[in-house]
Amino acid sequence: MAGLMSRASLVVKSKFSKLLDRAEDPGETLDYSYEKQLELLQNVKRGIADVVTAKKRLELQETQLQQSLVKLDAQAREALAAGREDLARQALERKSGLQQQLQSLDEQTKQLQQQQEKLIASEKTLSAKVEAFRSQKETIKAQYSAAEAQVRIGEAATGIGEQMADTGLAIQRAKDKTEQMQARASAIDELTTSGALEDFTSDQTELDRELGAIASKSQVDKELEQMKAELGSGEGKKELTQ
Amino acid sequence: MGEGQFEVDDEVAKGLNDLDEQAEQALEAGDAERLGELLGRMGDAVRTNGIRLPDEDLSPSEAIVPPPDLSLEEARELFEGDGLVPDLPAA
Repeated sequence: MAGLMSRASLVVKSKFSKLLDRAEDPGETLDYSYEKQLELLQNVKRGIADVVTAKKRLELQETQLQQSLVKLDAQAREALAAGREDLARQALERKSGLQQQLQSLDEQTKQLQQQQEKLIASEKTLSAKVEAFRSQKETIKAQYSAAEAQVRIGEAATGIGEQMADTGLAIQRAKDKTEQMQARASAIDELTTSGALEDFTSDQTELDRELGAIASKSQVDKELEQMKAELGSGEGKKELTQ
Repeated sequence: MGEGQFEVDDEVAKGLNDLDEQAEQALEAGDAERLGELLGRMGDAVRTNGIRLPDEDLSPSEAIVPPPDLSLEEARELFEGDGLVPDLPAA
């Protein structure tokens, strides 16, 4: 069995050589592979844009999770103020679990950021190569015999092709990773919000519901006080029964 | 992988082959941690001892060092077929 390096190289090369089998005349191969390279470069650019978008969405999800943390913290305070240490404890436990999850998400996002920077660098390299190919192809056409040109074109195109395939793989992996992380962030978010909000249709524990109830009761109290202050009297109270 | 092309001398290439062999053994043993460590060392060896080719260089590479965070599953895919590398769009 060949090693990992040669295997990776082989796989990457075979992807691109399939594309070059089409044209027979060297001049045609040159123009054809140049067109192909431009097309692939566009794909690479699009792929990177996708990764960037996905990462932004992930960051948004993280921000939402951060907000859940703040919410849980407030809930714990409210529970404690209402003399329910048990509920406060539960909220804090949930908060600590969420913090751990967030931390690991954060680390992965940082890795993703590095990958993204590498991808952008790869794209620059590829652009430079395609441009070099463009300027070389006319020289090759003019200076070499058909057979020699064929060999040179093959080499140059393979050089670019393997970088294309290589970058394509890096993009694919970054995309997969982002998707996995997004799914995870959504799952965490769902868990925390369903635990933090009042939802009598779900199979929450009694404590979860009480915690939610206290939170919403405090919320109501706060609003009540605010309204009282605005009205300058306590008359608005009746309209706010739950 | 994905970091541009480097030229390495024979000695570095030999070292890489040794590491590559060990990486393959790690893969067979299902040792993800060791595989990652070896791939990381391979990448480092190339970056530290190799000469980065200019972007305009069009020569094909003799070998590609897989990324250090390659999972066991992905490494196996590499051997089993061409599933890991996405197909380039056909004309």
